[in-house]
Amino acid sequence: MLSLATLIRPEIPMRFDIARKAVAAGLGLALLVGCGSSGGQEPEGPTELSFWAWAPNIEKVVDRWNAAHPDRKVVMSKQAQGDDLVTKLLTSAKAGSGPDLAQVEFQALPTLVSNDVLADIAAHASSVKGEFPDGVWQQVTLGGDGVYAIPQDSGPMMFYYRTDLFEQYGLTVPKTWDEYARTARTLRTKAPDKFLGTFSSNDPGWFAGLAQQAGGSWWSVDGDTWKVSIDDAATKKVASYWSGLVAEGAVDKTPMYTPEWNKALNDGTQIGWVSAVWAPGVLAGNAQSTVGKWAMAPLPQWDAASPRTGNWGGSTTAVTAGSKKQKAAAEFAIWLNTDPEAVAALVTDSGVYPAATKAQTGSALAKPPAFFPAQTDFYATAQRVASTAAGFTWGPNVNVAYTAYKNAFGAAITGGTDLAPALAEMQRATIDDLRASGFKVG
Amino acid sequence: MPSTTSRPRRAGAATPYLFVAPAVVLFLLVLAIPIAYTVYLSLFRIEVSGLGLGKGSRKEVFTGLGNYARTLTDAEMGAGALRVLGYGALLVPTMLLLALVFALLLDEDRARARGFSRIAIFLPYAIPGVIATLLWGFLYLPSTSPFVQLLTELSLPEVDLLSPTGIYFALANIAVWGGVGYNMIVLYTALRSIPRDLYEAARIDGCSPVQVALRIKIPLVVPALVLTTLFSVVATLQVFAEPTTLAPLTNSLSRTWSPLMKVYQDAFARGDVHSAAAASVVIAAVMFVLSFGLLRITRSRAFGGER
Repeated sequence: MLSLATLIRPEIPMRFDIARKAVAAGLGLALLVGCGSSGGQEPEGPTELSFWAWAPNIEKVVDRWNAAHPDRKVVMSKQAQGDDLVTKLLTSAKAGSGPDLAQVEFQALPTLVSNDVLADIAAHASSVKGEFPDGVWQQVTLGGDGVYAIPQDSGPMMFYYRTDLFEQYGLTVPKTWDEYARTARTLRTKAPDKFLGTFSSNDPGWFAGLAQQAGGSWWSVDGDTWKVSIDDAATKKVASYWSGLVAEGAVDKTPMYTPEWNKALNDGTQIGWVSAVWAPGVLAGNAQSTVGKWAMAPLPQWDAASPRTGNWGGSTTAVTAGSKKQKAAAEFAIWLNTDPEAVAALVTDSGVYPAATKAQTGSALAKPPAFFPAQTDFYATAQRVASTAAGFTWGPNVNVAYTAYKNAFGAAITGGTDLAPALAEMQRATIDDLRASGFKVG
Repeated sequence: MPSTTSRPRRAGAATPYLFVAPAVVLFLLVLAIPIAYTVYLSLFRIEVSGLGLGKGSRKEVFTGLGNYARTLTDAEMGAGALRVLGYGALLVPTMLLLALVFALLLDEDRARARGFSRIAIFLPYAIPGVIATLLWGFLYLPSTSPFVQLLTELSLPEVDLLSPTGIYFALANIAVWGGVGYNMIVLYTALRSIPRDLYEAARIDGCSPVQVALRIKIPLVVPALVLTTLFSVVATLQVFAEPTTLAPLTNSLSRTWSPLMKVYQDAFARGDVHSAAAASVVIAAVMFVLSFGLLRITRSRAFGGER
C-alpha cells in the first residue's frame, strides 16, 4: 500500500534514521576494508536465511548446508514455480516481505533487476566467475559489472527419439534440420498416424531456444537504449522452417504439456521430441510406459560443420535487494552451485544439469538418467552439446514477448497462416510495451 | 414481539451506531478502501529511465486519465469484450431456457423421481469451475475424448470443439452444465410459492397443463427470471477461470481472450498494476451501468406491483 507508506513515513522515529546511517557507515567501512573478511558489515552470530525455490528435492541439498552451518541455517519454502514465483517476488519486494534468496530463471533476471528486486552481489561473487562457462556467466551479469545471481542449472537443447520406432520405420537420426524435415515426411508416409514432433504455441521458451541455436539475438543493449530484434533473419529462418512443416502436415501442431500430448508420447504417436537436457525427468513423469525406449542425440543443425544449440530453461540462485544478510546469502548461493558435494546432490536429488563447468565432469554425471538406462554416454554427450550453447541477452520484458508468442503463434496455427507475421506481431508487442514504460528503444 | 415502549430509554445515542459499526467497518475495509486504492493506482504509471537496470530507475509518475484513455482505445480489450458478448449471447438464453424447462417439469405433480432429478441437475453447480473445465477439456481433446472416438467409430464427421468457432460452444457448454442447476433451483422455488388454487381454477376453466405453464406459471416467475438473467449476465462478463484453464490445451484461445484475462495479464505478466487498475475500474463501471440498465428496463413490467 504505497499511499499508506507515504502517510506513515514522516512518523518514523529518529532513532531508526540514526540506525540507518550507522548501517550505511558500516557498509562503507566494510567496502573500504575489503570483501574478503568474514561478516564485515553483517551481525556475527547465528542467523537464518529464507530461500524460495522449486527444484524437486532441493530441501535435501539445503539440509546438507544446514548440517555443516548450524549458525547460518537456510529455511526452504516452496512458494511457486517459474513465472509465478517472479510475480510473487515482485509483489513481496513491494511489500518488503521477500525472502533472502530465490530460485530465478535466466530470462526473468532482467525483469527482476529492473524492478530492484535483486541485489548486486559482485563484491562477494566475482571470484567464482571462472567456475562457469562465459555464455552462462554473461546471463547473470546482464552484460554489465554487476552480478545478480549464481547460475544453478542450464537447459541445453537436444533431440529425443524412440529407438524402437526409428528402427521399425527404418529412420536414421537427423543431424541437420533438412534431414529432420525429410525424416518427418518419411515417417508420415510410412505411418500416417505418427509424428516426429510438434510445433507448440504454448512454449515460448522452446522457440526462444531454437532461435538461439540459429543465431537469433532478441534483445541487445546499445548505450542506454534497448534494441529488440525478435524478427531478425535467424529467427525468421526458424519460424518459416516450422511454418512449412506445419503447413504440409509433416509435424503435429498441438501444444506440448497437454493431456493429449502426454498420451501421444505414451502411445508412440509422437516418436520424437525436440527438448532439453532435463527431458528424462519429464518423460519419466508423462510417458512412464516408454522407459528404456528413448535415446538422446544432439539437436539437428543448420550448419553441421559448426554445431550449436540453444537453452530452454535453466535457473539461478539470486540474493534479494531487500535482504539484510546479503553476504551470508551470497555465500550459500555460491556453495549451492559450486561446492562439489552440493552440486553432486543437486544432480542426484533434484535431477538438474549443473551450470558449473567442473560439475559436468564430476562423478555424479557418470550414470545415465534412470529413464535412459541403455544410453551410458548420456551425460558425456550432454556435456559436448552444452559446450556449444549460444549466448543470449534477455530483455526487461520477456513476459510480454512470451505472452505475445502464445497469442500470435496460437492464432496463426489455428488460422492455418504463415508464422512470419506472428513473429512480426511478437516484435511489435514487445517494442510497444517497452516504449509505453518509457524505455529508450532503438 | 416486544412493544416499542419496553425499549430501554437510557440507552445512549451511540447505540444505533454501535449496531451498524461492524457492517460499516467491514464495508470500508473490504470494499470502499480497496476500490479507492484501485482508483488511486489507476491515475499513475511507471516511468523508466535509461536501461531500467540500475537502482531506482523506475518511478511512479502521475498520468491523470492516461491509463483510461489507453484502456478505452485498446484494440485487444474491445475484441475481448466482443468475444465475451458473443459467448454470453450463446450462453445466457440457452442456460435460462433449460433451467426454466427443468423447473416447470419438476413442478409438475405427475413428474416422477423429482427429488433425485433436482439433485442430479443441481450437482454440477457444486463443482468448481476450474475442475469442471479440466474435466471437459479432456472430453474435448480429440485423442482423449470418448465422443470423438464414438463419432469416428460411426464414421461420422469429427466435430472439433476446440476450433476458433467451436471454442465458443465449448466454453458455453461448460457454463451451461455448471449453471443450469443453480438457476433451476431459483426458478423452482419461485414456482413452488405460487398458490395452488390458481392452477385448480385454471383447470376448471379448461386449461391444459401446457397452457397452465405458459399463461400462469411463466408470467408469475418473471421476477425470478429477471433476477437469474441479471446474475447470469454479470457472471458472463466476468468469465475468467474457464478460458484461462482451457487456454493451454488449444491454439484457439489467446491469453487475453476475455477482458478480465487481459487485466490479469497486464497486472501479473506485464507487471503494470496501473493500467490493470484502470481497466478494472472501466469494467466495473460497465457492469454497473449494464446491471442497472437491465433492472430499469424490466422493473416496470416485472416488479410493477411490488414497489
